[in-house]
Amino acid sequence: MKKTLAALAGLALLLTGCGSANSGGDSGSKTLTVFAAASLTESFNAIKTDFEAAHPGVTVKYNFAGSSSLVQQLSNGAQADVFASADQPNMDKAVQAGVIDGSPQIFATNKLTIAVAPGNPKHIASFADLAKGGLTVVVCAPQVPCGSAAQKVEQNTGVQLKPASEEQDVKQVLTKVQAGEADAGLVYVTDAATATGKVDQVQFPEAAQAINNYPIAVVKNAPQADLAKEFEQYVLGAQGQQQLTKVGFVPPGH
Amino acid sequence: MLWIPAAAALALVVLPVVGLLVRTDLTRLPGLIVSTPSLTALRLSLETAAVSTLACIVLGVPLAVVLARSSFRGLRVLRAIVLLPLVLPPVVGGLALLYLLGRKGFLGYALSVAMGVQIPFTTTAVIIAQTFVAMPFLVVSLEGALRNAGDAYEQVAATLGAKPWTVFRRVTLPLLLPALGSGAVLSFARALGEFGATITFAGSLDGVTRTLPLAVYTQAESDIDSAVALSLLLIVVAVVVIAVARPRALEGNPS
Repeated sequence: MKKTLAALAGLALLLTGCGSANSGGDSGSKTLTVFAAASLTESFNAIKTDFEAAHPGVTVKYNFAGSSSLVQQLSNGAQADVFASADQPNMDKAVQAGVIDGSPQIFATNKLTIAVAPGNPKHIASFADLAKGGLTVVVCAPQVPCGSAAQKVEQNTGVQLKPASEEQDVKQVLTKVQAGEADAGLVYVTDAATATGKVDQVQFPEAAQAINNYPIAVVKNAPQADLAKEFEQYVLGAQGQQQLTKVGFVPPGH
Repeated sequence: MLWIPAAAALALVVLPVVGLLVRTDLTRLPGLIVSTPSLTALRLSLETAAVSTLACIVLGVPLAVVLARSSFRGLRVLRAIVLLPLVLPPVVGGLALLYLLGRKGFLGYALSVAMGVQIPFTTTAVIIAQTFVAMPFLVVSLEGALRNAGDAYEQVAATLGAKPWTVFRRVTLPLLLPALGSGAVLSFARALGEFGATITFAGSLDGVTRTLPLAVYTQAESDIDSAVALSLLLIVVAVVVIAVARPRALEGNPS
């Protein structure tokens, strides 16, 4: 009898607990859902810690993926509060699809670098070196931001790469270099920074001609619109910028 | 009473395809399907899946016969191991292949030092990945058929003086043909749809490693209409495969 009562009480607790979580009342916990480009994984996770500390009761939940996948998810009705894209074209697509509220703002810029094995055993010194024979080079597919940036550099320099593979996102390029399958890969400065020790990077001046702008925006009909606005401001503000700079992003207008 | 769940099961298979069809931009469809990248991917897919199926047969038939006709300690374990690619997520299979045959993998390293051969990022890698995931289908369907058939005919042939190789060629193999057919079709279909192991182990490059499923994935990043068109192409190929193979192979011809 006692056991049954205890079980019932537990059940009741569970039910009421669920109820308050669902209603998301002012005093209870809130969940902010952020769709962010894969290259933001490390910096946004650091921002999450700070933001949650500054907003008790708030949990930030991320969906990290390629920007274009995220746009597709949003246009097909995925529920989110904030969208942070790795390039302007994908944010434009989201705006055209009518899933963005207000106007997006640039919060960071990023550029390409060459990721190589530690110690640079193949002595790659410039972008042009990547076109040399006997090197296994991996890039992003032109359909994704890091790939279109690589294409832009190729066009500007007239250096034609013969990649062994065109990967779907920048993390896969990095993985191929880390695994030793590729001699070199074109990745963002920030990705190379997250893999320090496992890859070295060779910066090249032509990367400056293919800068990626990262826009952030509040999603239309966001379940937590006010909080989303606050998160956006936080990313644009001093603390957010500090976390972004730590992994190699450059603030806009620099 | 079985009608309702049966209808639901059918709807689960059919409705997504209908959804894809509804979403298709029919005016652009012909242009998208006959575009060069689509045709390159289609050709690569058909070629690699055909070679993989052949590899599955050459390697899988002896394996199935051994599994069905031998009895030794550890046979059950061996049988379970053969099924591994069936239950393993393909990406895991791809990683495993990469760390075996990649430049840093022990076999891959030996190959590159001894023969100067590199497997990752080549069409060969696509075929190996496809064979890896598809072979269990062939082995399982063959082994089942062999065990159901029993070995009475083979024993009679042997008592009549036929040598083991003759028994295999003249008795075992003809008995196996229907199951071999269905196993080969299943393997081909599985190879055609292979994605995870391929993109992990072989990469994705137009004309070399970018098969139709990979092309769909890449196109979906930028142009969803052309991804949908490619998906339809894949569905058409799959339907053709089933239509060609169904009467003889999949419905279990008793002959």
